[in-house]
Amino acid sequence: MTQLPTSTDKKLGLVIDLDTCVGCHACVISCKGWNTENYGAPLADVDAYGANPVGSFLNRVHSYEVQPESGPSQLVHFPKSCLHCEDAPCVPVCPTGASYKRSEDGIVLVNEDACIGCGLCAWACPYGAREMDPTAGVMKKCTLCVDRIYNENLPEEDRIPSCVRTCPSGARHFGDFADPNSNVSKLVAERGGMDLMPEMGTKPVNKYLPPRIKDTLNTAGTCGELETVSEDATGFLGWLDKALEKL
Amino acid sequence: MHPAPSVILFSSLSGLGFGLLFWLGLGFPNVEGLVAFVFFAIAYALAVGGLIASTFHLGHPERALGAFTQWKTSWLSREAWMSVGALVFMGLYAAALVFLNNHIPVLGFIGAAFSLATVYTTSMIYGQLKTVPRWNMSLTSPMFLTISVAGGALIAGQITAALILLVIAGLVQVAYWVSGDKAFANSGTDMASATGLGNIGSVTAFEPPHTGTNYLLKEMVHVIGRKHALKLRVIALILMVVLPVVLLLLSQNHFVALVAAVSHLIGVMASRWLFFAEAEHVVGLYYGKR
Amino acid sequence: MAFKQPVIDTSPKVSDEIRQTTCYMCACRCGINVHMKDGKVAYIEGNRDHPVNKGVLCAKGSAGIMQVNAPSRLQAPMKRVGPRGSGEFETISWDEAMDIAVGWLKPIRENDPEKLAFFTGRDQSQSFTGFWAQNYGTPNFAAHGGFCSVNMAAAGIYTMGGAFWEFGQPDWDHTKLFLLFGVAEDHDSNPIKMGISKVKANGGRIVGVNPIRSGYNAVADDWVGITPGTDGLFILSLVHELMRAGKIDLDYLARYTNAPVLVNGDEKSPEFGLFLRDKDGKELVIDKNTGKLAPFDQKGVRPDLSATHRAKGITHRPVMHMMAERYLDKEYAPENVAERCGISAERIKTIAAEIARVAFDEAFELDHEWTDFRGETHKTMIGRPVSFHSMRGISAHSNGFQTARALHVLQILLGTVEVPGGFRFKPPYPKPVSAHPKPHCKVTPGAPLNGPHLGYVTGPDDLMYKDDGTPARIDKAFTWENPMSAHGLMHMVISNVHAGDPYKIDTLFMYMANMSWNSSMNTSGVMKMLTDQDENGDYVIPRIIYSDAYSSEMVAYADLILPDTTYLERHDCISLLDRPICEADAAADAIRWPVIEPDREVRGFQSVLVDLGARLGMNGFVNEDGSAKYKDYADYIVNHERKPGIGPLAGFRGKDGDQFGRGDVNPDQIDRYIENGGFAVNHIPEGANYYKPWNNAYQDWAVGVGIFDKPEPYLFQLYVEPLRKFQLAAEGHGDRQPPEHLRERVKETMDPLPIWYAPFEDSHVDPEEYPVHALTQRPMAMYHSWGTQNAWLRQLYGRNPMYLPTDIWEKHGFEDGDWAEITSAHGSITVPVMLMASLNASTIWTWNAIGKRKGAWALSEDAPEATKGFLLNHIIHELLPPKADGMRWTNSDPVTGQAAWFDLRVKIRKTAALAEVDPSFPPIKSPVGQGPKDIAWKVGK
Ligand SMILES: Nc1nc2c(c(=O)[nH]1)N[C@H]1C(S)=C(S)[C@@H](COP(=O)(O)OP(=O)(O)OC[C@H]3O[C@@H](n4cnc5c(=O)[nH]c(N)nc54)[C@H](O)[C@@H]3O)O[C@H]1N2
Ligand SMILES: Nc1nc2c(c(=O)[nH]1)N[C@H]1C(S)=C(S)[C@@H](COP(=O)(O)OP(=O)(O)OC[C@H]3O[C@@H](n4cnc5c(=O)[nH]c(N)nc54)[C@H](O)[C@@H]3O)O[C@H]1N2
Ligand code: SF4
Ligand code: SF4
Ligand code: SF4
Ligand code: SF4
Ligand code: SF4
Ligand SMILES: [Mo]
Repeated sequence: MTQLPTSTDKKLGLVIDLDTCVGCHACVISCKGWNTENYGAPLADVDAYGANPVGSFLNRVHSYEVQPESGPSQLVHFPKSCLHCEDAPCVPVCPTGASYKRSEDGIVLVNEDACIGCGLCAWACPYGAREMDPTAGVMKKCTLCVDRIYNENLPEEDRIPSCVRTCPSGARHFGDFADPNSNVSKLVAERGGMDLMPEMGTKPVNKYLPPRIKDTLNTAGTCGELETVSEDATGFLGWLDKALEKL
Repeated sequence: MHPAPSVILFSSLSGLGFGLLFWLGLGFPNVEGLVAFVFFAIAYALAVGGLIASTFHLGHPERALGAFTQWKTSWLSREAWMSVGALVFMGLYAAALVFLNNHIPVLGFIGAAFSLATVYTTSMIYGQLKTVPRWNMSLTSPMFLTISVAGGALIAGQITAALILLVIAGLVQVAYWVSGDKAFANSGTDMASATGLGNIGSVTAFEPPHTGTNYLLKEMVHVIGRKHALKLRVIALILMVVLPVVLLLLSQNHFVALVAAVSHLIGVMASRWLFFAEAEHVVGLYYGKR
Repeated sequence: MAFKQPVIDTSPKVSDEIRQTTCYMCACRCGINVHMKDGKVAYIEGNRDHPVNKGVLCAKGSAGIMQVNAPSRLQAPMKRVGPRGSGEFETISWDEAMDIAVGWLKPIRENDPEKLAFFTGRDQSQSFTGFWAQNYGTPNFAAHGGFCSVNMAAAGIYTMGGAFWEFGQPDWDHTKLFLLFGVAEDHDSNPIKMGISKVKANGGRIVGVNPIRSGYNAVADDWVGITPGTDGLFILSLVHELMRAGKIDLDYLARYTNAPVLVNGDEKSPEFGLFLRDKDGKELVIDKNTGKLAPFDQKGVRPDLSATHRAKGITHRPVMHMMAERYLDKEYAPENVAERCGISAERIKTIAAEIARVAFDEAFELDHEWTDFRGETHKTMIGRPVSFHSMRGISAHSNGFQTARALHVLQILLGTVEVPGGFRFKPPYPKPVSAHPKPHCKVTPGAPLNGPHLGYVTGPDDLMYKDDGTPARIDKAFTWENPMSAHGLMHMVISNVHAGDPYKIDTLFMYMANMSWNSSMNTSGVMKMLTDQDENGDYVIPRIIYSDAYSSEMVAYADLILPDTTYLERHDCISLLDRPICEADAAADAIRWPVIEPDREVRGFQSVLVDLGARLGMNGFVNEDGSAKYKDYADYIVNHERKPGIGPLAGFRGKDGDQFGRGDVNPDQIDRYIENGGFAVNHIPEGANYYKPWNNAYQDWAVGVGIFDKPEPYLFQLYVEPLRKFQLAAEGHGDRQPPEHLRERVKETMDPLPIWYAPFEDSHVDPEEYPVHALTQRPMAMYHSWGTQNAWLRQLYGRNPMYLPTDIWEKHGFEDGDWAEITSAHGSITVPVMLMASLNASTIWTWNAIGKRKGAWALSEDAPEATKGFLLNHIIHELLPPKADGMRWTNSDPVTGQAAWFDLRVKIRKTAALAEVDPSFPPIKSPVGQGPKDIAWKVGK
């Protein structure tokens, strides 16, 4: 049954750092490349060179503007892929059992051979993490690169998701949230990692690190206006002589 | 949500079909032989036609049998079972009626129960979805059920019942709309919770991830104007409830009943179109659209 | 029944083989692992061992597979059959193509080599293409630097012997305060991102100075939304604040800069403003130890920043005095620049204070002993953890040279260049002006030019004029219009060739530059010039040869097309002689090699040049007996020697391949590079890796690897004497003086100490009528025009709205889905608009080079790039509107000729939405057809 496992041994997932993501889309394309060539059907693009190109992607980078009460507007780049929710609503809705959450590591996957392409799981996902492939007619979603992270044909350091390996800004981190000492658990603890739409009750495994507080260098006084040694060249040269003597 | 013709057809036709089966199963009208055949044929045409339409939006209809496996968790799977149950029991019941002139009420009652359950499971496919606040309401199932039963009564020629049920269905429908209009706001999900950025300030979407469209936008983000929606609601309500009721009150001849039934069906379709088109999926928030 | 999880293969085979080469989806040149399946490219990832990207890869790099398979790839050589610009071609053989090319080029070389103009765009083989052009004998060669960022390069070289761009980097490991001026992406795409993340991880602060808060500026801790074109003023105001407070590094200034160098103060002298030098030409300072004059580099000298020198009635003052006089002036006080810059005085003061705090209060020391060029040994290296980086946001303005200078002067005053925590050079930089060539233009028919085309002038005598006083080069580089145009002016070539000014050209030969579209100003004008016919019906530009790999807009305007390979199909050499991939701690270079063989009739362009060189019998390309010297480019890369022991590749030299930099030719060199992942690195020893211009250990290392022939320590030039020489000429000294109409401008703009003046467009158009600044930015996931043909990337940026700030949005009552007419003094475009709040209130912008011509790039004619995408280039002109005297100035920096893309001023009017953007041009006939409808493939299947 596509019942959710009551608990999973590991909780593998991603931490995404909204403070450092520069919105370069590297993760988007790297993901597309890996997952076209690997797990399941290739990620297709229809009307690829035409007026209305539409392809399936497992990861997309949004951007938002945030207007604080005072100070200038801020811009936040916001990558989003499957959050591998603990209470994943996309799993129980699936009529075929194609959508499932792995009991060993919590990865939410689609068994493409069983998927009838009804789209219900995508409706059930609040985050827009599932897309129907336009030519294969099966549901596609982030696999957490399940075919990389355990892959013995890859060097050990490369057994991480493609998007994490490629991110130039180091804004993506992969690890086990079930382990409180893992890199990801620590980051979440240190930086106040947050859930998206917590009210949905999905209990996302992936966490987002909020942007640090911005625009603090605003007015003189914050870090002290500089004291004057001289307002004009003559005075400056006098100061210079004195200062040089001290050197 | 994208008002796909296949799902609109499916839910309106099958709703009406199972509604009719419900009445036939209860023995209203009490018919046998050829007349029964005609009634059942209409009911099956509607119910099965609807179900077939629903497969049009599947990526892999050839694997549809797999949809029976997950009844423990999936309302879609349950719907599959319920509809098969309804069709099988009603089929046996009908066969006995039509070919043996034998009325086996137990079969009919079971079939009727399955028919209602089918409509209920259909409604729960939508009603379960927290992601679509307008669907995730306690009124969703009553709305589906009352419309189904009212429509069934109408076609089954149960005039009095139809009159009453149509009015009830109309009231439920209006209530559904009224509370639906507040559902998104009441859900507590907004740009702030979607992005987690709310404590910095007010959040607006800047650039979308891709300049073109995508599956999510096509499937789940459908924006319809408020005025447009209101107009359609009025039309839906008139066609689905008001006109049939007025017609039935004025005259009860077969032709008028047919006009009333057709009007009702078109009204239901309009209502279903709105059911989808007005439903906003929370994912729209990520695209700054809702 | 219990649910059984499907069994999945978590260890699938990844590929048959990995081939390591260098990315060329942009100029950053990251190392890539190309995973091959069945001999085809299956997946591309970053090379973890590579010095540039250390494993990461950007979107473009990962999308390389779609570029290599793009339907827009040219298939074979082509000869134009329809009218120019129509896109009608006939496919021809390589033999025929080469015959045609030789038929055109041979007579020119023999009779009048200057009638060939050979300009290469974004390639990275300029040391080779320049070598070819020099041996051909034409003076008319340059690459794209003139329209790109020569301000950045020239200001850096003249001031401190190296620039930002890709020639240096912040000390990412130590910097605590990083200020980024006018950068959206830059060439160091991945390294900057990695660096930003490092600074953040170390708890540092990033300040983004940019009218637009996207990308790097979005992640910056503080955003300074400056008004375009005013950075110079802002920077000099910071200088004012720091000097006023005495927060400058006096020790550093005295030792390593020309702050103590004495300047002639005699207004009447022809030497006025020039340095006092000894008879060997060495700049003189006062030695603090003795109080006497001494050459700056004399052993043991302690230059005095303050003391003046009086001789023969003339007072010579140190540069430091002149700086104090200038920058302490109230003119630069925060209160007086705030409004103009759009930054409050308080904010400027706070930023200055923070810079001072971090530079001085957070100073630290590294335990590396080192000895300077005066022989003094320092126990430690002092670190000042403030660093700066900047690119086209300041350089693509007509005041960009001086602004970039100002920024360098600011860094130097703080003592944060080449110190731990500050800005660091990457070999072969630092390199003083004197170690660079000067430009050459002496033409001899049938023989090579008398020297390299491009270089660094040090005064009016170095300008490139013919004996008759007319400009020697077709782009008028190194003339009074832009004396220090170190990269040439590719953006002026087509209009000058069209005008026959300064002379007529027979053949225009271009490579890898989309000159009829996104790299030109005044796009429609350029298309007209390319197709213009004279009274006889002949094209005004007689012949155009072009090499591209793809079906770009420019292809349609050529008469002969030499189709290039893609980056995975050819040999390339990313050479230390050119723009290498070094790091601050290492010298490094790299190659590309054919990881796949081309499946079309295409040839690597460099190999074609090697072949052409041989067919034309050019020196350097033929043996004594006239036979071809090199089989192809790979052969050249291995066997060519610039100087004995120094060739295009520094790695694996010598018989055993164990030498770096200097060494005999190694026939196995390319194989050794391939084995090593496509690159070679040589690390700078610890203790030699900071203070490079003055560090004996570094200088010795640099000589060892062939960067210099002898140690070349030098001083940072706060005061740039060559500028003063041009200014002196304008003041009436010497026999080479500027023409009258330029005299005032030269006097004003070629100031030897940084100044700020308003961008030229401000004084040529009415700022009241055109109140809005219009900019472009590079999207991180697209490389100029190339990204569009890539099925994955074009979904990210398939069209480009014009982003408007809230003020303008509300003032004009815009709503979602609206369009606007954007008008400059030169023309109008009508395009879709979108709201952006994180934007300077008088600035609008759009993404660069997304708009496409119908029919190009194998896209359908109704592609969004063509119907909704647009170029700002349509409304930027290469000339400014006429002034009162009727003269039209070029839209360039007056010092370097850098194209002033970002000076543009516009006005805005709300309009009804159009079906297509305006202007729209007639479609080009696609020489490669159109790409397939749907794609869904796995290489491994
Ligand atoms: N409005 C505005 N305009 C600008 C700028 C701006 O900021 N704003 N920036 C300017 C700057 S800095 C620059 S550098 C220019 C860049 O402008 P261009 O140099 O014109 O840049 P590309 O679009 O990269 O065009 C290069 C051409 O090289 C071709 N090409 C790609 N790969 C290969 C290859 O392997 N071999 C060959 N032979 N050809 C190849 C492409 O198909 C394309 O036709 O644009 C300038 N134009
Ligand atoms: N992905 C990608 N990478 C590229 C390229 C590409 O096309 N795509 N092109 C390569 C090339 S050829 C080049 S030259 C480099 C250029 O790299 P960048 O210098 O990053 O070039 P632009 O994208 O033109 O960005 C200019 C920035 O300056 C800002 N700006 C404009 N005017 C002002 C001003 O007056 N003051 C300040 N402070 N900021 C200002 C703009 O808002 C913009 O952010 O990028 C290289 N790297
Ligand atoms: S993010 Fe969406 S698809 Fe992924 S587990 Fe959660 S609900 Fe399912
Ligand atoms: S689309 Fe596939 S995975 Fe999703 S619910 Fe339907 S059958 Fe299950
Ligand atoms: S983990 Fe793998 S599948 Fe998921 S977004 Fe990253 S690259 Fe794509
Ligand atoms: S690769 Fe990293 S920096 Fe780039 S968009 Fe993805 S998460 Fe952000
Ligand atoms: S920055 Fe991207 S496109 Fe440029 S060389 Fe590196 S990986 Fe390739
Ligand atoms: Mo450039």
